[in-house]
Amino acid sequence: MSDAGFDEWLHAFVADDGYYLACENGHGLLPPRWVCPDCGSTEFTEEALPETGTVATITTVHVAAPAFEDDAPYDTAVVDFGPARVTGIVVDAEPGTVGVGDEVAVDVGASETIGADVLVLRPA
Amino acid sequence: MTGVRVAGVGLTHFGSHPERTGRDLFAEAALNARADAGVPLDDVEQLNVGNFAGSLSEGQGHMAPLLAEAAGLDCPATRYEEACASAGVAVREAVRTVRSGEADVVLAGGVERMTNQDTAAATEALAIAADELFEVRAGVTFPAAYALMATAYGEAFDVDDDELKTDLANVASKNHDNAIPNEYAQYQRELSVQEAVDAPPVAEPLGLFDCCPITDGASAILLVSEAYAAEHDVSADVAVVGTGQATDRMALQDRDHLARTPAADDAAAMAYGEAGIDATDVDVAEVHDCFTIAEVLAIESLGLYEPGEGLGAARRGETRADGETPVNLSGGLKAKGHPVGATGGSQIAEMTRLLRGDHPNSDAVEDAEVGVTHNAGGTVASAVVHVLEVAE
Repeated sequence: MSDAGFDEWLHAFVADDGYYLACENGHGLLPPRWVCPDCGSTEFTEEALPETGTVATITTVHVAAPAFEDDAPYDTAVVDFGPARVTGIVVDAEPGTVGVGDEVAVDVGASETIGADVLVLRPA
Repeated sequence: MTGVRVAGVGLTHFGSHPERTGRDLFAEAALNARADAGVPLDDVEQLNVGNFAGSLSEGQGHMAPLLAEAAGLDCPATRYEEACASAGVAVREAVRTVRSGEADVVLAGGVERMTNQDTAAATEALAIAADELFEVRAGVTFPAAYALMATAYGEAFDVDDDELKTDLANVASKNHDNAIPNEYAQYQRELSVQEAVDAPPVAEPLGLFDCCPITDGASAILLVSEAYAAEHDVSADVAVVGTGQATDRMALQDRDHLARTPAADDAAAMAYGEAGIDATDVDVAEVHDCFTIAEVLAIESLGLYEPGEGLGAARRGETRADGETPVNLSGGLKAKGHPVGATGGSQIAEMTRLLRGDHPNSDAVEDAEVGVTHNAGGTVASAVVHVLEVAE
Protein backbone atom coordinates (compact mmCIF):
# COMPACT_ATOMS: atom_id res chain seq x y z
CA MET A 1 0.00 0.00 0.00
CA SER A 2 1.34 3.39 -0.91
CA ASP A 3 1.00 6.60 1.07
CA ALA A 4 0.24 9.32 -1.45
CA GLY A 5 2.26 12.47 -0.96
CA PHE A 6 4.66 10.95 1.53
CA ASP A 7 6.04 8.26 -0.81
CA GLU A 8 6.67 10.74 -3.64
CA TRP A 9 8.36 13.08 -1.19
CA LEU A 10 10.60 10.34 0.24
CA HIS A 11 11.58 8.90 -3.14
CA ALA A 12 12.46 12.31 -4.56
CA PHE A 13 15.60 12.11 -2.39
CA VAL A 14 16.76 9.08 -4.41
CA ALA A 15 17.09 11.34 -7.48
CA ASP A 16 18.61 14.12 -5.36
CA ASP A 17 15.44 16.12 -5.88
CA GLY A 18 14.45 16.45 -2.23
CA TYR A 19 11.81 19.09 -1.62
CA TYR A 20 9.52 20.64 0.94
CA LEU A 21 6.22 22.44 0.55
CA ALA A 22 6.20 26.20 0.95
CA CYS A 23 2.88 27.88 1.60
CA GLU A 24 2.21 31.29 0.07
CA ASN A 25 3.45 32.91 3.29
CA GLY A 26 6.69 30.97 3.22
CA HIS A 27 6.01 28.38 5.93
CA GLY A 28 7.86 25.15 5.25
CA LEU A 29 5.95 21.86 5.54
CA LEU A 30 6.18 18.21 4.55
CA PRO A 31 3.48 16.52 2.46
CA PRO A 32 0.66 15.66 2.27
CA ARG A 33 -0.84 19.06 3.20
CA TRP A 34 -4.07 20.82 2.33
CA VAL A 35 -3.84 23.65 4.86
CA CYS A 36 -0.84 25.38 6.38
CA PRO A 37 -1.10 24.87 10.16
CA ASP A 38 0.76 28.16 10.69
CA CYS A 39 -1.42 30.51 8.65
CA GLY A 40 -4.29 28.65 7.04
CA SER A 41 -2.94 29.10 3.50
CA THR A 42 -4.09 26.45 1.02
CA GLU A 43 -1.60 27.27 -1.74
CA PHE A 44 1.68 25.37 -1.81
CA THR A 45 4.67 25.12 -4.09
CA GLU A 46 7.40 22.48 -4.07
CA GLU A 47 10.75 24.04 -3.21
CA ALA A 48 14.16 22.35 -3.23
CA LEU A 49 15.32 21.28 0.22
CA PRO A 50 18.87 22.49 0.92
CA GLU A 51 21.36 19.67 0.30
CA THR A 52 22.58 19.62 3.86
CA GLY A 53 21.01 20.36 7.19
CA THR A 54 22.14 20.70 10.80
CA VAL A 55 21.39 18.13 13.48
CA ALA A 56 18.97 19.79 15.93
CA THR A 57 18.73 16.84 18.29
CA ILE A 58 19.81 13.21 18.26
CA THR A 59 19.59 10.00 20.27
CA THR A 60 21.22 6.59 20.10
CA VAL A 61 18.43 4.00 20.24
CA HIS A 62 19.40 0.74 21.97
CA VAL A 63 15.93 -0.73 22.47
CA ALA A 64 14.16 -0.64 19.11
CA ALA A 65 10.66 -1.39 17.95
CA PRO A 66 10.32 -4.78 16.16
CA ALA A 67 10.61 -3.11 12.73
CA PHE A 68 14.12 -1.84 13.62
CA GLU A 69 15.29 -4.63 15.94
CA ASP A 70 18.28 -5.64 13.81
CA ASP A 71 19.22 -2.01 13.15
CA ALA A 72 19.86 -1.24 16.84
CA PRO A 73 21.87 0.44 18.11
CA TYR A 74 21.26 3.30 15.70
CA ASP A 75 21.08 7.07 15.85
CA THR A 76 17.86 8.91 15.06
CA ALA A 77 18.09 12.65 14.53
CA VAL A 78 15.86 15.64 13.87
CA VAL A 79 17.63 17.77 11.29
CA ASP A 80 17.06 21.44 10.60
CA PHE A 81 17.09 22.36 6.88
CA GLY A 82 16.01 25.96 7.44
CA PRO A 83 12.45 26.09 6.15
CA ALA A 84 11.67 22.54 7.30
CA ARG A 85 13.00 19.87 9.63
CA VAL A 86 13.12 16.13 8.93
CA THR A 87 13.68 13.06 11.09
CA GLY A 88 15.81 10.13 9.95
CA ILE A 89 18.27 7.40 10.85
CA VAL A 90 21.97 8.21 10.68
CA VAL A 91 24.06 5.89 8.48
CA ASP A 92 27.76 5.81 7.51
CA ALA A 93 28.78 6.75 11.06
CA GLU A 94 29.19 4.77 14.26
CA PRO A 95 26.23 5.29 16.62
CA GLY A 96 26.96 8.07 19.07
CA THR A 97 29.53 9.84 16.92
CA VAL A 98 27.28 12.40 15.21
CA GLY A 99 26.22 15.28 17.44
CA VAL A 100 24.01 18.33 17.59
CA GLY A 101 25.26 20.95 15.14
CA ASP A 102 26.80 18.44 12.70
CA GLU A 103 25.92 18.66 8.99
CA VAL A 104 24.09 15.77 7.31
CA ALA A 105 22.44 15.06 3.95
CA VAL A 106 19.23 13.14 3.27
CA ASP A 107 19.05 9.89 1.33
CA VAL A 108 16.78 6.85 1.17
CA GLY A 109 18.00 3.56 2.60
CA ALA A 110 16.50 0.27 3.70
CA SER A 111 15.96 -0.82 7.29
CA GLU A 112 18.13 -3.87 8.10
CA THR A 113 15.25 -5.57 9.86
CA ILE A 114 12.41 -5.49 7.33
CA GLY A 115 13.99 -3.84 4.30
CA ALA A 116 11.49 -0.99 4.26
CA ASP A 117 12.47 2.33 2.71
CA VAL A 118 13.77 4.64 5.40
CA LEU A 119 14.83 8.25 5.35
CA VAL A 120 18.52 8.13 6.18
CA LEU A 121 21.01 10.84 7.04
CA ARG A 122 24.65 10.75 5.92
CA PRO A 123 27.33 12.94 7.47
CA ALA A 124 28.06 15.71 4.94
CA MET B 1 -22.31 27.11 35.86
CA THR B 2 -22.37 24.66 38.75
CA GLY B 3 -19.35 23.57 40.79
CA VAL B 4 -17.91 20.09 40.38
CA ARG B 5 -16.90 17.86 43.26
CA VAL B 6 -14.99 14.58 43.44
CA ALA B 7 -17.37 12.31 45.34
CA GLY B 8 -15.28 9.17 45.09
CA VAL B 9 -12.17 7.67 43.57
CA GLY B 10 -11.27 4.10 42.73
CA LEU B 11 -8.11 2.38 41.56
CA THR B 12 -6.81 -1.09 40.92
CA HIS B 13 -3.31 -2.05 41.86
CA PHE B 14 -0.96 -0.80 39.15
CA GLY B 15 1.44 -3.50 38.05
CA SER B 16 1.84 -6.64 36.05
CA HIS B 17 -1.51 -8.41 35.82
CA PRO B 18 -1.26 -10.01 32.39
CA GLU B 19 -4.17 -12.38 33.02
CA ARG B 20 -6.65 -9.62 33.85
CA THR B 21 -8.85 -8.26 31.05
CA GLY B 22 -9.62 -4.58 30.60
CA ARG B 23 -13.23 -5.14 31.65
CA ASP B 24 -12.11 -6.92 34.82
CA LEU B 25 -9.71 -4.11 35.77
CA PHE B 26 -12.15 -1.29 35.08
CA ALA B 27 -15.02 -3.00 36.93
CA GLU B 28 -12.89 -3.14 40.07
CA ALA B 29 -11.88 0.53 39.84
CA ALA B 30 -15.45 1.66 39.13
CA LEU B 31 -16.84 -0.33 42.04
CA ASN B 32 -14.16 1.13 44.32
CA ALA B 33 -15.11 4.66 43.20
CA ARG B 34 -18.78 4.07 43.84
CA ALA B 35 -18.07 2.56 47.24
CA ASP B 36 -15.85 5.52 48.10
CA ALA B 37 -18.58 7.96 47.00
CA GLY B 38 -21.59 6.18 48.44
CA VAL B 39 -23.61 7.15 45.38
CA PRO B 40 -26.34 4.73 44.14
CA LEU B 41 -25.69 2.96 40.85
CA ASP B 42 -28.81 4.31 39.20
CA ASP B 43 -27.79 7.91 39.80
CA VAL B 44 -24.81 7.62 37.41
CA GLU B 45 -25.88 9.40 34.23
CA GLN B 46 -22.83 9.06 32.01
CA LEU B 47 -19.57 7.12 31.63
CA ASN B 48 -16.44 8.65 30.08
CA VAL B 49 -13.63 6.16 29.83
CA GLY B 50 -10.09 6.47 28.52
CA ASN B 51 -8.34 3.65 26.68
CA PHE B 52 -5.42 3.85 24.31
CA ALA B 53 -4.53 0.55 22.72
CA GLY B 54 -7.07 -2.08 23.74
CA SER B 55 -7.77 -2.66 20.08
CA LEU B 56 -4.14 -3.85 19.72
CA SER B 57 -3.43 -5.45 23.09
CA GLU B 58 -6.78 -7.14 23.60
CA GLY B 59 -8.24 -7.06 20.11
CA GLN B 60 -11.07 -5.11 21.69
CA GLY B 61 -12.59 -2.04 20.11
CA HIS B 62 -15.89 -0.42 21.10
CA MET B 63 -14.71 -0.39 24.69
CA ALA B 64 -17.25 2.00 26.21
CA PRO B 65 -20.40 -0.16 26.27
CA LEU B 66 -18.33 -3.13 27.41
CA LEU B 67 -16.94 -1.14 30.36
CA ALA B 68 -20.33 0.35 31.21
CA GLU B 69 -21.72 -3.17 31.42
CA ALA B 70 -18.76 -4.32 33.49
CA ALA B 71 -19.35 -1.44 35.90
CA GLY B 72 -23.08 -2.21 36.11
CA LEU B 73 -24.05 1.02 34.37
CA ASP B 74 -26.93 1.64 31.99
CA CYS B 75 -26.20 5.11 30.62
CA PRO B 76 -24.51 6.82 27.66
CA ALA B 77 -20.88 5.69 27.53
CA THR B 78 -18.02 7.00 25.41
CA ARG B 79 -14.40 5.99 25.04
CA TYR B 80 -11.81 8.76 24.77
CA GLU B 81 -8.47 8.13 23.06
CA GLU B 82 -5.74 10.72 23.36
CA ALA B 83 -2.78 8.38 23.82
CA CYS B 84 -1.40 8.71 27.37
CA ALA B 85 -3.81 11.59 28.03
CA SER B 86 -6.91 9.49 27.30
CA ALA B 87 -8.23 9.44 30.87
CA GLY B 88 -7.31 13.09 31.40
CA VAL B 89 -9.54 14.01 28.49
CA ALA B 90 -12.28 11.65 29.74
CA VAL B 91 -12.23 13.39 33.13
CA ARG B 92 -12.10 16.85 31.56
CA GLU B 93 -15.19 16.14 29.45
CA ALA B 94 -16.95 14.76 32.53
CA VAL B 95 -16.13 17.98 34.41
CA ARG B 96 -17.55 20.04 31.54
CA THR B 97 -20.70 17.90 31.42
CA VAL B 98 -21.39 18.30 35.14
CA ARG B 99 -20.47 21.96 35.07
CA SER B 100 -22.87 22.64 32.23
CA GLY B 101 -25.75 21.16 34.20
CA GLU B 102 -26.36 18.38 31.69
CA ALA B 103 -25.68 15.72 34.31
CA ASP B 104 -25.23 15.65 38.09
CA VAL B 105 -23.30 12.39 38.34
CA VAL B 106 -20.66 11.21 35.85
CA LEU B 107 -18.19 8.36 36.19
CA ALA B 108 -14.87 8.99 34.41
CA GLY B 109 -11.59 7.16 34.30
CA GLY B 110 -9.72 4.71 32.15
CA VAL B 111 -8.13 1.34 31.72
CA GLU B 112 -5.17 -0.26 29.98
CA ARG B 113 -4.06 -3.86 29.66
CA MET B 114 -0.44 -3.97 28.51
CA THR B 115 1.64 -6.77 30.04
CA ASN B 116 -0.19 -9.53 28.19
CA GLN B 117 2.08 -8.53 25.26
CA ASP B 118 5.86 -8.91 25.20
CA THR B 119 8.01 -5.78 25.47
CA ALA B 120 8.52 -5.59 21.70
CA ALA B 121 4.79 -5.62 20.98
CA ALA B 122 4.15 -3.10 23.76
CA THR B 123 6.90 -0.84 22.38
CA GLU B 124 5.30 -1.05 18.97
CA ALA B 125 1.83 -0.32 20.38
CA LEU B 126 3.07 2.70 22.32
CA ALA B 127 4.81 4.08 19.25
CA ILE B 128 1.50 4.57 17.47
CA ALA B 129 1.07 7.69 19.60
CA ALA B 130 3.86 9.25 17.49
CA ASP B 131 3.62 10.39 13.85
CA GLU B 132 3.58 7.14 11.89
CA LEU B 133 4.95 8.54 8.62
CA PHE B 134 7.60 10.93 9.86
CA GLU B 135 8.65 9.49 13.25
CA VAL B 136 7.85 5.80 13.59
CA ARG B 137 9.28 5.12 10.11
CA ALA B 138 12.43 6.96 11.15
CA GLY B 139 13.01 4.56 14.03
CA VAL B 140 11.57 6.81 16.72
CA THR B 141 10.31 4.77 19.67
CA PHE B 142 8.64 6.49 22.61
CA PRO B 143 11.78 6.52 24.73
CA ALA B 144 13.64 7.82 21.65
CA ALA B 145 11.21 10.71 21.23
CA TYR B 146 11.72 11.82 24.82
CA ALA B 147 15.45 11.22 24.46
CA LEU B 148 15.41 13.65 21.52
CA MET B 149 13.75 16.18 23.82
CA ALA B 150 16.29 15.47 26.58
CA THR B 151 19.21 16.00 24.20
CA ALA B 152 17.60 19.23 23.00
CA TYR B 153 17.11 20.34 26.62
CA GLY B 154 20.78 19.78 27.38
CA GLU B 155 21.75 21.81 24.32
CA ALA B 156 19.26 24.62 24.93
CA PHE B 157 20.26 25.15 28.54
CA ASP B 158 23.93 24.24 28.26
CA VAL B 159 23.83 21.21 30.55
CA ASP B 160 26.60 18.64 30.15
CA ASP B 161 25.74 14.94 29.75
CA ASP B 162 26.76 13.87 33.26
CA GLU B 163 24.75 16.62 34.92
CA LEU B 164 21.75 15.81 32.73
CA LYS B 165 21.87 12.11 33.56
CA THR B 166 22.41 12.72 37.27
CA ASP B 167 19.61 15.25 37.58
CA LEU B 168 17.23 12.95 35.71
CA ALA B 169 18.28 10.06 37.96
CA ASN B 170 17.27 12.21 40.93
CA VAL B 171 13.77 12.49 39.47
CA ALA B 172 13.53 8.70 39.21
CA SER B 173 14.91 8.16 42.71
CA LYS B 174 12.50 10.71 44.21
CA ASN B 175 9.48 9.11 42.60
CA HIS B 176 10.52 5.64 43.75
CA ASP B 177 10.80 6.99 47.32
CA ASN B 178 7.29 8.39 47.04
CA ALA B 179 5.86 5.10 45.77
CA ILE B 180 7.12 3.03 48.72
CA PRO B 181 4.05 3.55 50.96
CA ASN B 182 1.55 3.65 48.04
CA GLU B 183 -0.37 0.38 48.08
CA TYR B 184 -1.42 0.88 44.44
CA ALA B 185 2.14 1.36 43.12
CA GLN B 186 3.96 -1.03 40.79
CA TYR B 187 7.37 -0.44 42.39
CA GLN B 188 7.23 0.02 46.16
CA ARG B 189 10.98 0.05 46.43
CA GLU B 190 13.91 2.42 46.60
CA LEU B 191 16.01 3.28 43.59
CA SER B 192 19.32 5.02 44.24
CA VAL B 193 20.54 7.83 42.04
CA GLN B 194 23.62 5.75 41.22
CA GLU B 195 21.53 2.72 40.20
CA ALA B 196 19.56 4.95 37.84
CA VAL B 197 22.70 6.55 36.38
CA ASP B 198 24.32 3.13 35.86
CA ALA B 199 21.27 1.49 34.23
CA PRO B 200 21.59 0.18 30.67
CA PRO B 201 20.77 2.76 27.99
CA VAL B 202 17.40 2.63 26.22
CA ALA B 203 17.68 5.73 24.05
CA GLU B 204 20.54 7.97 25.08
CA PRO B 205 20.66 9.94 27.30
CA LEU B 206 17.75 7.96 28.81
CA GLY B 207 18.46 4.70 30.59
CA LEU B 208 16.19 1.95 31.83
CA PHE B 209 15.26 3.78 35.04
CA ASP B 210 14.44 7.00 33.22
CA CYS B 211 11.49 5.13 31.69
CA CYS B 212 8.16 4.30 33.27
CA PRO B 213 7.27 0.62 33.35
CA ILE B 214 4.67 -1.22 31.29
CA THR B 215 1.62 -1.48 33.51
CA ASP B 216 -1.88 -2.90 33.76
CA GLY B 217 -4.46 -0.96 35.70
CA ALA B 218 -7.60 1.10 35.86
CA SER B 219 -8.85 4.29 37.47
CA ALA B 220 -12.30 5.69 38.14
CA ILE B 221 -13.51 9.05 39.46
CA LEU B 222 -17.07 9.79 40.43
CA LEU B 223 -17.83 13.45 39.78
CA VAL B 224 -20.97 15.13 41.10
CA SER B 225 -22.42 18.61 41.00
CA GLU B 226 -22.24 20.69 44.18
CA ALA B 227 -26.01 20.67 44.29
CA TYR B 228 -26.17 16.87 44.12
CA ALA B 229 -23.57 16.54 46.89
CA ALA B 230 -25.52 18.92 49.13
CA GLU B 231 -28.91 17.38 48.40
CA HIS B 232 -27.77 13.80 48.95
CA ASP B 233 -25.41 14.56 51.80
CA VAL B 234 -22.47 13.13 49.84
CA SER B 235 -19.06 13.77 51.37
CA ALA B 236 -17.11 15.45 48.57
CA ASP B 237 -14.52 17.78 50.03
CA VAL B 238 -12.38 18.16 46.92
CA ALA B 239 -13.55 20.37 44.05
CA VAL B 240 -12.35 20.43 40.45
CA VAL B 241 -12.02 24.19 39.92
CA GLY B 242 -10.08 24.31 36.68
CA THR B 243 -9.62 22.24 33.56
CA GLY B 244 -7.50 23.02 30.51
CA GLN B 245 -6.46 21.24 27.35
CA ALA B 246 -4.22 22.18 24.46
CA THR B 247 -2.61 20.72 21.36
CA ASP B 248 0.78 20.94 19.66
CA ARG B 249 2.06 19.63 16.35
CA MET B 250 2.17 15.85 16.34
CA ALA B 251 5.79 15.34 15.26
CA LEU B 252 8.73 16.84 17.13
CA GLN B 253 10.23 17.99 13.83
CA ASP B 254 7.27 20.31 13.25
CA ARG B 255 7.36 21.99 16.68
CA ASP B 256 8.56 25.47 17.53
CA HIS B 257 10.30 24.04 20.60
CA LEU B 258 12.17 20.76 21.04
CA ALA B 259 13.01 21.37 24.70
CA ARG B 260 9.73 22.78 25.88
CA THR B 261 6.09 21.66 25.88
CA PRO B 262 3.92 24.66 24.93
CA ALA B 263 0.69 22.61 24.84
CA ALA B 264 1.08 22.04 28.57
CA ASP B 265 1.84 25.76 29.09
CA ASP B 266 -1.46 26.55 27.36
CA ALA B 267 -3.46 23.86 29.17
CA ALA B 268 -2.10 25.15 32.49
CA ALA B 269 -2.96 28.75 31.63
CA MET B 270 -6.52 27.69 30.78
CA ALA B 271 -6.95 25.63 33.96
CA TYR B 272 -5.32 28.26 36.21
CA GLY B 273 -7.52 30.95 34.63
CA GLU B 274 -10.67 29.00 35.44
CA ALA B 275 -9.47 28.34 38.96
CA GLY B 276 -8.37 31.94 39.51
CA ILE B 277 -4.91 30.86 40.61
CA ASP B 278 -1.35 31.23 39.41
CA ALA B 279 1.61 28.90 39.72
CA THR B 280 2.59 30.36 43.12
CA ASP B 281 -0.69 29.02 44.56
CA VAL B 282 0.13 25.39 43.69
CA ASP B 283 0.92 23.36 46.81
CA VAL B 284 1.38 19.92 45.24
CA ALA B 285 1.44 18.45 41.72
CA GLU B 286 1.00 15.10 40.01
CA VAL B 287 2.70 15.29 36.61
CA HIS B 288 3.14 13.04 33.61
CA ASP B 289 6.62 11.58 34.15
CA CYS B 290 6.47 8.83 31.52
CA PHE B 291 10.19 9.59 31.27
CA THR B 292 12.21 11.54 33.81
CA ILE B 293 12.77 14.40 31.36
CA ALA B 294 8.98 14.65 31.01
CA GLU B 295 8.66 15.62 34.69
CA VAL B 296 11.21 18.38 34.15
CA LEU B 297 9.33 19.72 31.14
CA ALA B 298 6.02 19.42 33.03
CA ILE B 299 7.02 21.44 36.09
CA GLU B 300 8.37 24.14 33.76
CA SER B 301 5.12 24.21 31.77
CA LEU B 302 3.11 24.41 34.99
CA GLY B 303 5.05 27.55 35.84
CA LEU B 304 6.64 26.04 38.94
CA TYR B 305 10.01 26.66 37.29
CA GLU B 306 11.36 28.84 34.50
CA PRO B 307 12.50 26.97 31.37
CA GLY B 308 15.89 25.46 32.13
CA GLU B 309 15.42 25.65 35.92
CA GLY B 310 13.30 22.55 36.45
CA LEU B 311 16.05 20.00 35.77
CA GLY B 312 17.73 20.27 39.16
CA ALA B 313 14.52 20.56 41.25
CA ALA B 314 14.55 16.94 42.48
CA ARG B 315 18.31 17.01 43.13
CA ARG B 316 17.91 20.19 45.16
CA GLY B 317 15.08 18.54 47.11
CA GLU B 318 12.47 21.14 46.18
CA THR B 319 10.08 18.65 44.59
CA ARG B 320 10.69 15.87 47.10
CA ALA B 321 8.07 14.94 49.70
CA ASP B 322 9.65 17.30 52.22
CA GLY B 323 10.33 20.02 49.65
CA GLU B 324 8.51 23.24 48.96
CA THR B 325 6.26 21.83 46.21
CA PRO B 326 6.16 18.03 46.24
CA VAL B 327 5.77 16.51 42.78
CA ASN B 328 4.44 13.00 42.16
CA LEU B 329 3.82 11.97 45.76
CA SER B 330 1.99 8.96 44.28
CA GLY B 331 5.26 7.73 42.80
CA GLY B 332 4.29 9.12 39.42
CA LEU B 333 4.16 7.14 36.22
CA LYS B 334 7.78 6.24 36.89
CA ALA B 335 7.21 4.18 40.04
CA LYS B 336 3.45 3.97 40.53
CA GLY B 337 3.17 2.78 36.92
CA HIS B 338 1.61 3.91 33.68
CA PRO B 339 -1.40 1.97 32.39
CA VAL B 340 -1.62 4.43 29.53
CA GLY B 341 -5.37 4.97 29.21
CA ALA B 342 -5.91 5.00 32.99
CA THR B 343 -3.16 7.41 34.03
CA GLY B 344 -5.01 10.72 33.79
CA GLY B 345 -7.74 9.38 36.09
CA SER B 346 -5.20 7.92 38.47
CA GLN B 347 -3.60 11.34 38.86
CA ILE B 348 -6.97 12.84 39.88
CA ALA B 349 -7.59 9.94 42.27
CA GLU B 350 -4.18 10.32 43.90
CA MET B 351 -4.51 14.11 44.16
CA THR B 352 -7.96 13.74 45.72
CA ARG B 353 -6.57 11.33 48.30
CA LEU B 354 -3.65 13.66 49.00
CA LEU B 355 -5.93 16.66 49.56
CA ARG B 356 -8.51 14.70 51.58
CA GLY B 357 -5.78 13.46 53.88
CA ASP B 358 -6.27 9.73 53.29
CA HIS B 359 -3.23 9.12 51.06
CA PRO B 360 -0.22 7.44 52.68
CA ASN B 361 1.78 10.54 51.71
CA SER B 362 -0.83 13.10 52.83
CA ASP B 363 1.31 14.04 55.84
CA ALA B 364 3.79 15.64 53.44
CA VAL B 365 1.13 18.12 52.31
CA GLU B 366 -0.97 18.57 55.45
CA ASP B 367 -1.79 22.20 54.77
CA ALA B 368 -2.16 21.86 51.00
CA GLU B 369 -5.21 23.52 49.49
CA VAL B 370 -4.42 23.55 45.77
CA GLY B 371 -3.25 20.55 43.75
CA VAL B 372 -2.55 20.38 40.04
CA THR B 373 -2.52 17.36 37.73
CA HIS B 374 -0.72 17.33 34.37
CA ASN B 375 -1.47 14.55 31.87
CA ALA B 376 0.24 14.41 28.48
CA GLY B 377 -0.36 12.50 25.27
CA GLY B 378 2.49 11.50 22.99
CA THR B 379 5.39 13.90 23.28
CA VAL B 380 2.88 16.42 24.68
CA ALA B 381 1.05 16.98 21.40
CA SER B 382 -1.89 16.69 23.80
CA ALA B 383 -1.92 18.12 27.30
CA VAL B 384 -4.61 18.19 29.97
CA VAL B 385 -4.26 20.09 33.25
CA HIS B 386 -6.68 20.05 36.18
CA VAL B 387 -6.76 22.18 39.31
CA LEU B 388 -8.22 20.58 42.43
CA GLU B 389 -8.95 22.46 45.64
CA VAL B 390 -10.02 21.59 49.14
CA ALA B 391 -13.59 22.90 49.12
CA GLU B 392 -14.63 25.55 51.65
